[in-house]
Amino acid sequence: MTDMTEEQVRAEVRAWLTENWDPERGLVEWRNMLIGSGWGVPHWPEEWHGRGLPVGMTPVVEEEFDKLGAVGVAKMGIRTLAAATILEHGTDLHKQRFLRGILTGEETWCQLFSEPGSGSDLAGAVTRADFRDGKWIVNGQKVWNTSAHHADFGLLLARTDWDAVKHQGLSYFLLDMRQPGVEVHQLRQMNGHASFNQVFFTDAVVEPEYRIGGLGEGWKVATTTLMHERRGADGVRRYATGSDRPGRIYEEERAEVATVMAPYVWYPQRTGRADLLIERARAAGRWDDPAVRQEVAKALTLARTAEWTARRAREAQQMGRPQGPEGSIGKLAASVVARACAKAHTMIAGADAMLTGEDDGTGGVVAEILVSTPAISIAGGTDEIQRNIISERILSMPKEPRHDTDRPFRDVPRNQVG
Amino acid sequence: MKFSFSEEQTEFRNMLRRFLQDRSPTSEVRRVMETEAGYDRDVWRMMAEELGVTAIHIPEAYGGAGFGVSELAIAAEEAGRALLPSPFFGSTVMAATAIAEAGDDAQKQALLPGIAGGGTIAALAAAEPGAGWNADAFAASASPAGGSWRLTGRKSYVLDGMAADLVVTAARLPEGGLGLFCLPADSAGLMRRPLQSMDPTRRLAQMDFDGAEAELLGGGPEAGASAWARTLDIAAVCLAGEMVGGAERLREDALEYVSMRMQFGRSIASFQVTKHKAADMLLEVELAKAAAYYAAAAADGDDEEVDQPLTALASLAKAAASDTYMQTAIHAVQMHGGIGFTHDNDTQLWFKRAKSSEAFLGSAADHRERMLQHWNA
Ligand SMILES: Cc1cc2nc3c(=O)[nH]c(=O)nc-3n(C[C@H](O)[C@H](O)[C@H](O)COP(=O)(O)OP(=O)(O)OC[C@H]3O[C@@H](n4cnc5c(N)ncnc54)[C@H](O)[C@@H]3O)c2cc1C
Repeated sequence: MTDMTEEQVRAEVRAWLTENWDPERGLVEWRNMLIGSGWGVPHWPEEWHGRGLPVGMTPVVEEEFDKLGAVGVAKMGIRTLAAATILEHGTDLHKQRFLRGILTGEETWCQLFSEPGSGSDLAGAVTRADFRDGKWIVNGQKVWNTSAHHADFGLLLARTDWDAVKHQGLSYFLLDMRQPGVEVHQLRQMNGHASFNQVFFTDAVVEPEYRIGGLGEGWKVATTTLMHERRGADGVRRYATGSDRPGRIYEEERAEVATVMAPYVWYPQRTGRADLLIERARAAGRWDDPAVRQEVAKALTLARTAEWTARRAREAQQMGRPQGPEGSIGKLAASVVARACAKAHTMIAGADAMLTGEDDGTGGVVAEILVSTPAISIAGGTDEIQRNIISERILSMPKEPRHDTDRPFRDVPRNQVG
Repeated sequence: MKFSFSEEQTEFRNMLRRFLQDRSPTSEVRRVMETEAGYDRDVWRMMAEELGVTAIHIPEAYGGAGFGVSELAIAAEEAGRALLPSPFFGSTVMAATAIAEAGDDAQKQALLPGIAGGGTIAALAAAEPGAGWNADAFAASASPAGGSWRLTGRKSYVLDGMAADLVVTAARLPEGGLGLFCLPADSAGLMRRPLQSMDPTRRLAQMDFDGAEAELLGGGPEAGASAWARTLDIAAVCLAGEMVGGAERLREDALEYVSMRMQFGRSIASFQVTKHKAADMLLEVELAKAAAYYAAAAADGDDEEVDQPLTALASLAKAAASDTYMQTAIHAVQMHGGIGFTHDNDTQLWFKRAKSSEAFLGSAADHRERMLQHWNA
C-alpha cells in the first residue's frame, strides 16, 4: 500500500469514487462508506479507517474528491485534535468507540484545557479528578471551550495528584459531556458570536477505561493535542463552507455547517482575509491610493510568505524529512498576517470601517474581520507563549528560571479564582 | 500653556473625571449603549446645567463660557477616558464650532445659546460616502430658492445625527465654493436613518437631502471653506484628546490586570516581555498626549512660538493619537488573554472606539498627508 505511486493512488481513488459517489446518498451513509474504503483518511492506519498512505498523498486524494465535488469525512473543529490524540495515545477501546463517530460527524468534541486560573499555564489546571468507588469523579471549572455547548465528548485535562510536581500530577480523560454533572454556559465574544463556553463539573463521572494515557501522564498526552492545534493554526487550513450544489448530501452538509460548525463561522475572518484585500480595494475605489497600495502589498507579502513557509513545512513532513524551524513559526506568522490584514482592510474601508452589519458595504464581513483578528494571537496559545517556545526550544536560548516546577503542586502560588 | 495645564484646567478635569466616574461608570455605558437614544438624558442635562460642558468654548456673547479649545479638549479627553455615550462631540465640538466659525452675528445669536445650554442638540453632517471628510470631494449641492437655499445630496457618518434637533451641513454652492448651512432636523426633504455603528457608544446616522430648505451660514464661498477647515482642525484636536483619554484608560486597566494575574506561579507582570510592552504603551500614549495638548494650545493661539499652522498640528495629533489608540487597544486585549476577547470584559468597548476613531474624521494616512501639505518646511 505505502509504496504506491501518485498515479496509482489517483487512479484508484478515482475508480472508487466513480463507482460510489452519489450526491443523493445520506451524509452519514456516505461517510461510513468512506471509512470502509479508507479514502476518507488515507493517511490513517489501515486497521483504523485509513489506507496507511504517506501524508504526502492526502492532497492527491483531496484533489480527486474536489474534481467530483465529493464530500469528505468530517474534518473541522476540535474533532481533528481528538482524533490525533486518540490515534497516538488511545487504547483499542478508545479507537473503536470514538474514531468512527468523529469521522462521520455524528459526534462532536470540545477541548477542556483552559481554566479561569490557567490558560497559558495549562499545566496549572486545578480541576480535580478523584478516584472513588471505581470511577473518576470530576469537580471544577473550565473556560473558553469552543463548541462545548453542543459537544458530545470533551478532552479533559484534570489534576489527579496534588503532591506531585505540576506536570506529573495531571491525567487526561475522554469525558462524556451529556451527563448531569456537566453544566455548560455560553460566553459572548467581542465579535458578537458565542462560540466558547464555561464548563462546570459537579461530581461528573468518567469510567476508568476512558482515561487516556497513564495516571499522571496527562501532560504528555496534552502535548500531542497542543502540537496538532498549533500545527493546524498555520493559516493554510481550509474551512468548511458547504457547497451550494443540489443534492441530498449537500443539503445535509449545509445543515451540519449551520449547526455543528456554527461556532467557527467567523474563523476565516480572524485570519484577516488577505484573499479579499485587492477585490475590496477595487470595490471601494481605493486601488489607486498609494498609501492603501503599500498596506495591501505588505499584508499580501506576509500572507503569501507565511503560506509558503507553511507549505515548506508540510512538504518536508510529507517527504518524511525532519521538521525545520519553519514548522514552528506558522502560528506566530498567522498573527502577524491577521494584524497586517486588519490594518489594510481598515484603510481600504475608509469611513465605512466605523460601520457594521448591512451598513459596512460588505454585509458585515469587514467589520467582522476587524473585531475577530484579536483572537488569533490568543486562541491555542498566545503569541508570547509561541515566542517562548520558539526561543527556548528552536533557538535553544536559556529557559526562564521557574519556581513552579520544583515543589509539590499544592505549594505553587496561583490565582485565587471564584 | 502648551506644556502644562493651569490649576483651573486641572480642577476642571478632576471635576469632570469625578462626575463621569460617578454618573457614567462602565456599567452605565453598557446600559446606555443598548438604548435607542444611545445617551442618558439626565447625565446630558447635568453635564449642561451643572458642569457647563456644552458651553465651554462658545463665546460668552452667545451664551457660552468663553473658554478655549484646550478646555474643550480636556472635556473630550475625559469623555474618551470614560467612553461617555453622549452628543457632546457631535453637538458641542463639531456643530457648535461650525456655527461659531461660519455664522454671522445674528445666526450665532439665534443658534448658539440653545446648544450652549444643552437644550438644543446639533449635529454636523459633512462627510459623504466616498469623500469622507475631504471637502474637495463633497458632492452635496445647494441652489438658491427665494431668500433661502435648497440642498440635495447624501451625508453619512453623521455623529449624533439621530439625536440632533438642528443640523449643520456643508454643500457645494452654484459657483463651486463650499457653503455651510443650517436647518432643523425635522425639515421636509431631510431623511435620516441610524447607521449600524461598530462602536455602539458612538452613534452615527445617514442623511439624505432632497430639496430640503436651509439657511446659509455667514456669507461667501471663501468663508465657508475656511470655516469648514478650521472646524475640522478643532474637531481633529478634540478627537485626539478623546483618543488619548481612551488610550490612557486602556493602558492603565491593562497594567492593573497583568499586575493581578498569575501564570507559571508568578505574576504575569513580572515577565520582561510584559514590562516592555507596558513601557512601550506608556511611551506611545505620552507621545500622543503631547501632540494632542500642543495642538489644542495652538488652536487657542496662545503662544507665539508655535511655528506650524494649526492644520498641520491638528492633523499630526489626529494621526498620532489614532495610531496609538489602536495599538494600545491591541496590546490591551492581548495582555488580558482569553478574557480580553469577551463581550463582558470592558476592553472590547474601548477597542471598538479605537477602531472607529481610526476612521473618524479621516484616516491617519489622510491626516499625515494633510499635515505635510500645511507644514512650514
Ligand atoms: C477564540 C478562542 C477560542 C478558544 N478555544 C479554547 C478551547 O476550545 N479550549 C480551551 O481549553 N481553551 C480555549 N481557548 C483559551 C486559550 O487557549 C487561552 O485563552 C490562551 O491560552 C491564553 O490563556 P489565558 O486566557 O488564561 O491568558 P493568560 O495566560 O492569563 O495570559 C494573559 C497574558 O499574559 C501573557 N503571558 C502569560 N504567560 C506568559 C509568559 N510566560 N511570558 C510572557 N507572557 C505571558 C499572555 O501572553 C497574555 O498576553 C480559546 C481562546 C480563544 C480566544
